Amino acid sequence: MNHIARGTGRLRPGRVLFVLLLLVGAVISTAPFYWMVVASTHDNSELFQSPPPFMPGGRFMHNLVELEHSIGFGRVMFNSAGIAVVYTVLSSLISAMCGYALAKYRFRGRGLLLGAVLATMMIPFQVLLVPLFQMMASLGWVDTYQAVVLPFLANSFGIFLMRQAFLGFPDELIESARIDGAGDLRIFYQVVLPVVRPQLGALVIFTFMTQWNAFLWPLLMLNSEDKYTVPVALYTLIGQSHVDYAGLILGSFLATLPLMLIFFLFQKQFVSGLLGGAVKG
Amino acid sequence: MTERETGAGTAARAGAAPRRWWRRSTPWIFAGPAAALLVFFFAYPLVAGFYQSFTADRDGATTWVGIAQYRRMMSDPVFWAALRNTGLILIVQVPVMIGLALLLAFGLNQSWLRFRSTFRIAYFLPAVTMLVAYSVVFRVLLKTDGGLVNQMLTAVGLSEIDWLNSPGWARLALIGSITWRWTGYNAVILLAGLQTIGREQYEAAAIDGAGAVTTYLRVILPQLRPVILFCSVTSTIGTLQLFDENYVLTGGGPGNATMTPVLYLYKVGFEQLDFGYAAALAWVIVVVIGLISYAQFRFFGRDSSR
Repeated sequence: MNHIARGTGRLRPGRVLFVLLLLVGAVISTAPFYWMVVASTHDNSELFQSPPPFMPGGRFMHNLVELEHSIGFGRVMFNSAGIAVVYTVLSSLISAMCGYALAKYRFRGRGLLLGAVLATMMIPFQVLLVPLFQMMASLGWVDTYQAVVLPFLANSFGIFLMRQAFLGFPDELIESARIDGAGDLRIFYQVVLPVVRPQLGALVIFTFMTQWNAFLWPLLMLNSEDKYTVPVALYTLIGQSHVDYAGLILGSFLATLPLMLIFFLFQKQFVSGLLGGAVKG
Repeated sequence: MTERETGAGTAARAGAAPRRWWRRSTPWIFAGPAAALLVFFFAYPLVAGFYQSFTADRDGATTWVGIAQYRRMMSDPVFWAALRNTGLILIVQVPVMIGLALLLAFGLNQSWLRFRSTFRIAYFLPAVTMLVAYSVVFRVLLKTDGGLVNQMLTAVGLSEIDWLNSPGWARLALIGSITWRWTGYNAVILLAGLQTIGREQYEAAAIDGAGAVTTYLRVILPQLRPVILFCSVTSTIGTLQLFDENYVLTGGGPGNATMTPVLYLYKVGFEQLDFGYAAALAWVIVVVIGLISYAQFRFFGRDSSR
């Protein structure tokens, strides 16, 4: 990697400039996070004073209580977490199972299914917005959680990712497990699935992030305030006549925290999940 | 795989018909749920939407109007404004961001650089903010009276900018926000690609007398092409599907200056309740995404068909 090895130790002006630029970029990248901490711990009226506050203040609890009062923040976070967890578990499982069938079985309709999965990957979900909305309306599912979760459970990206992961699994191991008398489902859960744990982990993280971020579809589906997810609730805050900016920033910050936590805990899977097979396999 | 079939054969000899039935349906136990969901929530609405794009609601009844909705689009100024805005972002924001991300990836790949992983985390952090949350944050940062950005401008003697209420600045604000959110993300992907290139390639280039810039342009960049393709295709698709950011930041305004096709689709479908037109818009978006992705594959994909 180190092709610029010559000149190590000496302070080279090019490198100093380069590091300075890198630092400026890093500050631009991270400053909004610091500002979120500052803004969410100050009173709403202090935020737009001149000069603005630069250090964290003491109004965190006050803002939190205010946020709970205005959008029921605790409830909304709970909704978001519940939806994201249920969606992630079901979707990952369904995707992994389908990917396994596509990778390890020959059956009638397999080619068609694989083609459908690939086509789904290329077609953006917005095309389905209107017809899917009407479908939900005619099913009487508007303002329910199944309307938020069900339509996108079969995640073609996940199916494809898992299929690629299973392709590399040796057939002989499956055969020998079968000879040992294990059923197909048991082979899947106890023999095959543990081996693809890294890819499965990446998929789980990716799926959770997607659902945690989801805005447009929940915005369309959920009407009652006590069912809102975090992004929808935050959006309604903007529309109020007297915007509680401090609360808005606090909510945004707290909504981002779970994603940051996942990132710091699972950096490796996180990045490979984002890559989605761009670099390897 | 033929092995499996003979396996199924022995099972059938030993067992009865139900057992054979179980064998044959096993794949569908795995694939069934996904397949059913895809048919019900993807194939059906896809076809229904396509049909719907040739209809209109008139006097409470849905009637067949042929390609009228598509023709209406041709003379709809908002539709063209949305396409122009998207085109602008595609031509300006995506290349700038990918370029920055490339530079960043090269930088973060230098072994002499200290605190590399700290830098990487710092640059990646924006990519883990919730989409609506970061749009909210930029909306507040760019607030005209008293927003932090304007306060900083006045502090250095410049005049305040009405960021979100003047067309040019609003576009810049949108482009800036997206760039902030996604540059580090792309850089990390490109960095992962860079790290698959062995050091002997750099050494070989150095032996041939190539300088650092030449090495990157002639040796490294061509090998990164598939990863750059991945980044530009995903960024392009993301741009063509842009909704959360401009919906929260500007609502598409002022005067459609930050309108995008999906936001327009949302407004037509769910504010004006003009389902037929929205369905037609949706199909045009799909075709545009398909065409542009195909063009990118053709452009970046050549040579790399190893």
